[in-house]
Amino acid sequence: MKNIGIISRKELGSYLTSPMAYVVTAIFLALSGTFFSTYLAATSFEDTSIRGFLDAAQILILLFAAILTMRLVAEEKKTGTWELLLTAPVRDVEIVVGKFLGSLAVLTGMLVTTLYFPFLLVLFGDPDLGTIGTSYLGLFLLGSACLSIGFFASTLSSNQIVSAVVGGGILFGLWFLGAVESFATGALKELIPFLSLSHHFTDFTRGIVDTRSIVYYLSVTALFLFLSRGSIQTARWR
Amino acid sequence: MIRIQNLTKYYGKRRAVDDITFNVEKGEIVGFLGPNGAGKTTTMRIITGYLMPTRGDVWIAEHNMATHSLEGRRLIGYMPEVTPLYMDMTTRAYLTFGARLRGLDGKKAGSRVEEVVEQCALEEYVDVMLGKLSKGFKQRVGLAQAIIHDPQVLVLDEPTVGIDPIQVAQTRKLIKELGRDRTILLSTHILPEVSMICERVIIIHKGRIAAQDRIENLSTILKGGRRIRLHVRGPAREVTERLTRITALRDVRYEEPFHVVEFPVDKEPQAEITGLVVQAGWTLLAMESMEMSLEDIFLQLTTEEEGER
Repeated sequence: MKNIGIISRKELGSYLTSPMAYVVTAIFLALSGTFFSTYLAATSFEDTSIRGFLDAAQILILLFAAILTMRLVAEEKKTGTWELLLTAPVRDVEIVVGKFLGSLAVLTGMLVTTLYFPFLLVLFGDPDLGTIGTSYLGLFLLGSACLSIGFFASTLSSNQIVSAVVGGGILFGLWFLGAVESFATGALKELIPFLSLSHHFTDFTRGIVDTRSIVYYLSVTALFLFLSRGSIQTARWR
Repeated sequence: MIRIQNLTKYYGKRRAVDDITFNVEKGEIVGFLGPNGAGKTTTMRIITGYLMPTRGDVWIAEHNMATHSLEGRRLIGYMPEVTPLYMDMTTRAYLTFGARLRGLDGKKAGSRVEEVVEQCALEEYVDVMLGKLSKGFKQRVGLAQAIIHDPQVLVLDEPTVGIDPIQVAQTRKLIKELGRDRTILLSTHILPEVSMICERVIIIHKGRIAAQDRIENLSTILKGGRRIRLHVRGPAREVTERLTRITALRDVRYEEPFHVVEFPVDKEPQAEITGLVVQAGWTLLAMESMEMSLEDIFLQLTTEEEGER
């Protein structure tokens, strides 16, 4: 446990000393803020919800998760610091969880900076705070699943661009899986929406907290962290 | 302290380490000598737990690295060939992270950082970003990181490569000091470095151990010298007799139809031999180096050393 704390703090520190976290947060705020206000204007300020923000944020999170995580392992492999971590008396799983939590802290910080959108709504209108709460929970869970997938992609290569492309590929693949649904028949028609990252998110934006969706996001997170550990371990044998 | 048994490592189909066995006793400083690509780094990566062997076993003290890697890793300080530095950290932050990672608590980590900073003469650079340090200082931070938890075993992969001669001397001195109460395995492709720092040498070539002995016996390993095989068209007995007069040659033998001459590694009698043959009006049909022997490995090592200076 102590090692996880040491590694996640170090990871968060690296994020905060490099421009990446700031650039990503700034662009995230700018884009999602634009959608937030455009939606409000489009409904003539009738619908005081964060609908516009959510529409943008769910896609942006996929993209930025791939970018935030691409360096986690790939960069260390390239610079050689990976050798330091893997020869320290630390379990592989502690490295995986520690690094993941470091990136999750950045993502959480990014979501926290957007809290002024609902704050504005409270000031000038009467938003449904319950729905806003479940939406943020959804964003957080979706984000954690995305980071885990991006992290896994980062363990596959020592090239950050390759990691980002592979991670983004898996993420957008799972996201748009829902679109394939209409072509599927039988059991696949049931299964595909269940596996899709986007399908489970919709409930949260409607104020519904479905245990299955929570379990889904947590399972995806755990699965890809597990695969990351496996990928790190098999690399020792190659 | 370090026990290696029948260690073999394949990268895909390529065999990097081929069935090597050796021990490093407690308190010994052992040099791991071999040309580039001999398998030194791979062996060290397996010893430190970075890689798993294809076959064979490694023990650190009583811990088998295949089953008790964490316990083994706790005893080792490791300086990889590429110094593993986070360029966006200061020397202090980096060393503190290294100490914490090795299980030292906050307070102990702080005092150890002070100690190793002094030991490695890094006082001026504690608050400098690692990316801004010169190559020599980066190397020193790498060494400081390896000794931060005061490990019993030190594994140093080419610790003096790529730094200037004054710093090389300082680093060698530091390693010798560290070796007073520690077990050290140090790899290098520089022959004189081994005799300066180490008590014993293990020579590795093409993934196999070519020789291992105490430093005092290095000269006897070397005594064989190099051999060249000549094919001269001329009266064999007279050729032998004239060749013997070349002072650089230590031994001249006639193995029909060839003459085999032997000379110390630091001599280069080829020109003299060809001159002699031409002068006498004979014909030199062939002149070739004999098979790769230990001496040739040494030659390779010594020439590389010259190339680096």
